[in-house]
Amino acid sequence: MAEYIEFDKDHHAHHHKETFITKYIFSQDHKMIAKQYLFTGVFFMGIIGILMSILMRMQIAWPEEPNLIFDFLLGKWAPEGVMDADIYLALVTMHGTIMVFFVLTAGLSGTFSNLLIPLQLGARDMASGFLNMVAYWLFFVSTVLMVISIFVEAGPAAAGWTIYPPLSALELAQPGSGLGMTLWLVSMAFFIASSLLGSLNYIVTVLNLRTKGMSLTRMPLTIWAFFVTAIIGVISFPVLLSAALLLIMDRSFGTSFFLSDIFIQGEVLHYQGGSPVLFEHLFWFLGHPEVYIVLLPALGIASEVISTHSRKPIFGYKAMIISILAIAFLSTIVWGHHMFVTGMNPFLGSVFTFTTLLIAIPSAVKAFNYITTLWKGNIQFNPPMLFAIGFVSTFITGGLTGIILGDSALDINVHDTYFVVAHFHLVMGISALYGMLAGMYHWFPIMFGKMMNKNLGYIHFWVTAISAYGVFFPMHFIGMAGLPRRYYTNSNFPLFDDLADTNQIITMFAIMGAAVQLVFLYNFIYSMFYGKKAPQNPWKSTTLEWTASQKHIHGNWQGKIPEVHRWPYDYSKPGYKEDFVPQHIPLKKGEEEY
Amino acid sequence: MTTLFIVLILTFITIAIWQMIKIFDLSRAISGIKVDDSQIANDKDNKTQAKLMLGFLAFIYAITIFSLVKYGKFPLISNAASEHGEQIDTLMIWTMVLIFIVQTITQFLLYYFAYKYKGKKNNRALFYTDNHKLELLWTIIPAIVLTGFITYGLLTWSDVMNMQKNDDPMIVELYAQQFNWKARYAGKDNVLGKSNVRLIDIDRANILGVDESDVYSADDVITTELHLPVNRPVLFVMRSQDVLHSAYMPHFRAQMNCVPGMVTKFAFTPTVTTEEMRQNPSMIDKVININNIREDKSKELATKGEEPLDPYEFDYLLLCNKICGKSHYNMQMKIIVEPEEEFESWYNQQTVFKNSLIAQN
Repeated sequence: MAEYIEFDKDHHAHHHKETFITKYIFSQDHKMIAKQYLFTGVFFMGIIGILMSILMRMQIAWPEEPNLIFDFLLGKWAPEGVMDADIYLALVTMHGTIMVFFVLTAGLSGTFSNLLIPLQLGARDMASGFLNMVAYWLFFVSTVLMVISIFVEAGPAAAGWTIYPPLSALELAQPGSGLGMTLWLVSMAFFIASSLLGSLNYIVTVLNLRTKGMSLTRMPLTIWAFFVTAIIGVISFPVLLSAALLLIMDRSFGTSFFLSDIFIQGEVLHYQGGSPVLFEHLFWFLGHPEVYIVLLPALGIASEVISTHSRKPIFGYKAMIISILAIAFLSTIVWGHHMFVTGMNPFLGSVFTFTTLLIAIPSAVKAFNYITTLWKGNIQFNPPMLFAIGFVSTFITGGLTGIILGDSALDINVHDTYFVVAHFHLVMGISALYGMLAGMYHWFPIMFGKMMNKNLGYIHFWVTAISAYGVFFPMHFIGMAGLPRRYYTNSNFPLFDDLADTNQIITMFAIMGAAVQLVFLYNFIYSMFYGKKAPQNPWKSTTLEWTASQKHIHGNWQGKIPEVHRWPYDYSKPGYKEDFVPQHIPLKKGEEEY
Repeated sequence: MTTLFIVLILTFITIAIWQMIKIFDLSRAISGIKVDDSQIANDKDNKTQAKLMLGFLAFIYAITIFSLVKYGKFPLISNAASEHGEQIDTLMIWTMVLIFIVQTITQFLLYYFAYKYKGKKNNRALFYTDNHKLELLWTIIPAIVLTGFITYGLLTWSDVMNMQKNDDPMIVELYAQQFNWKARYAGKDNVLGKSNVRLIDIDRANILGVDESDVYSADDVITTELHLPVNRPVLFVMRSQDVLHSAYMPHFRAQMNCVPGMVTKFAFTPTVTTEEMRQNPSMIDKVININNIREDKSKELATKGEEPLDPYEFDYLLLCNKICGKSHYNMQMKIIVEPEEEFESWYNQQTVFKNSLIAQN
């Protein structure tokens, strides 16, 4: 019944002889590259990032108290077990950098875009396997540099992940702004190069390598999300590169792009005429779209997972696509809402308030569409589904407080307080993490041909969910009480003494949340080797990746590539016995597509 | 309270580990017997997880109520000490009400649907792809509500940021450096003398780089405490000598960055004196609470043979709110709002800039 396209003989027919190096290290196969991103980006960097957050939380909960763990992990940066103030800021900076860029950008997009774009589109591989390999190895170099920077003599970069100059430009202002910051900038230059190559590859693949019948409006929403993410990346990352390069010039070659009139440690510096506000504009021109680079893949994954596991078509497929596009467009014209109180012209503040609050509309459409998808479904509570529902929940909770932060008048008083920390962790940190975990549970059978243990998955989800709310819900209130973020200790003003016990509670939840990730790690690695063998299509999904060869072969499908005849969400369609109709099944006579 | 939470959380962890071990044991024990080990959710899982979904909804509501009751007394959304502060607070409360309503309803729908439509083996979902009316509805309603909030917000913002609304504000410069604040008053002429960090001369005690040759600078007054007369509009002019700082005065709903190389501005009118704020019932409660905490801590310190903590008395603070280096967390300045006469008598005791310079040969 299914028709298949002729196998492209010139390109892939003769099977290359693979050595260990070409198969596992310098691999050009998208599935292997996805796993490489997964292990470097998500697992390796993720563990470092989470560990850093726990160290920070312990410092905030029990400030300046000697602590064996600090003594053990931080060594000379925690003399007698008391954390040094500079190293606290370094932890803040590196946690942010690692989580935003390495885990949730490269880790999330790198893993799932690579794995799914060719498989769900019915392509043999990415448009350029070679570029894909280069992108991964540039990312690897960037990872190595970033990790090395943690170990330099004066400490890693400590100016916040936003590295605003002059703090990040002057070693006199902060020891971390010496070699640590240089390595940070060079690492990020590699990272951006990697991200651009990767994104170009995704865009070209989506536009050119769709199988016969896979029109743009038959693409799964995951692919739409990855595609749009790649476009935002290509538009905005070069701006960060230029900002980083100009900052390198200011630091090393004496230019004054961002610096002016500075008197520090008894001397006047030569800088004249530059403006830190210019850097802020350049940074946030990437920085805000970056939030959506992190979030959109999670939105895509959630759409796919929710539809599959509720055995129901995603509600409003076209509206979902339009809202992804609207969010992407708006995301590039709202960066100023990070800068309401930087001395930017107040009129600009008004414009950015307007554009920012507009984003709530497509976001609301998405949230309601998810909820309607659940309505009258036949929901199968597999672990990925739990995480997808959790995603919608935190996306709503975190997104709503954006109405406060996006409103310039209200931002005056909560700007740079813990309210902001709570908001963005929920809406982009936890949400993106949930999206990523949903994806991992859902596509684990594709990645390794095995199933993950569902009971461990349940434990993992519920403890994570309770911890996430336990950490970030009370944090909003600390912020509203006026507690600034990035403070090494809050015990210096009695004004904040009544927040101390809340901070301890938050830290407990944080430790619990971090600990339960070990269950996931165990489940993942154990299942990789000893998991139960997965059936061809365990979730009874309609998309093409479940028709591909389970054994990983170069070219994905043995024989012909399936041809696509329908949209990807034919779940529980009347007139069919099974509650799903895969995309490669032709329409019956007289059957409407949707 | 905290100990209770520690215990509670440790219990959670223990239960989690215990459950895990149990599962492993079970799976090992029954490996010979034919059971559903497909790792795909079956009806039993669906039932359990659906119940947990409802439980989690209850958890979200519980933590919301708990937070509102326990932490609701923290927020700075009441007792603003400045004129525009009340406007911001009203806007904040309306926004919070909106958020609260939407949050309560949408989370309910999400988790309730998850519970209600849990999968059963022989059930079939409804094939329902689209409904333009519904989608139009939840595009237009948020759009209308947001238009209202955007308009309200923008009106407030343009009013707050309008530095020209008062004809004759008192001009005060806030000067930031790693890691302290200085205030410079413009003096009788109410015009600040010109300044630039290149003019800083530590030997002559010209620490702010004020231009001595500028006639307006002679009567400027530099202080390390910020005194403000009540009900008099103040225009703050902000500078920084080294890195970015941010002048955050939470009680006055005021914040603006201090940027090296440029001058930023913020204006407000303080309406409540420090003394009046100390008499405010909710502030009295807060201070008593803090002092109880400090007393407990002092007892702890005493057992270690350390100095006890001073009792706390409320004061307005100016905090640094932009990461600025090692002692960022301790960069503060006391703000004192007082009646005009007290302010005048304090002000007259200060040395003017001209006389504060050390003469050099």
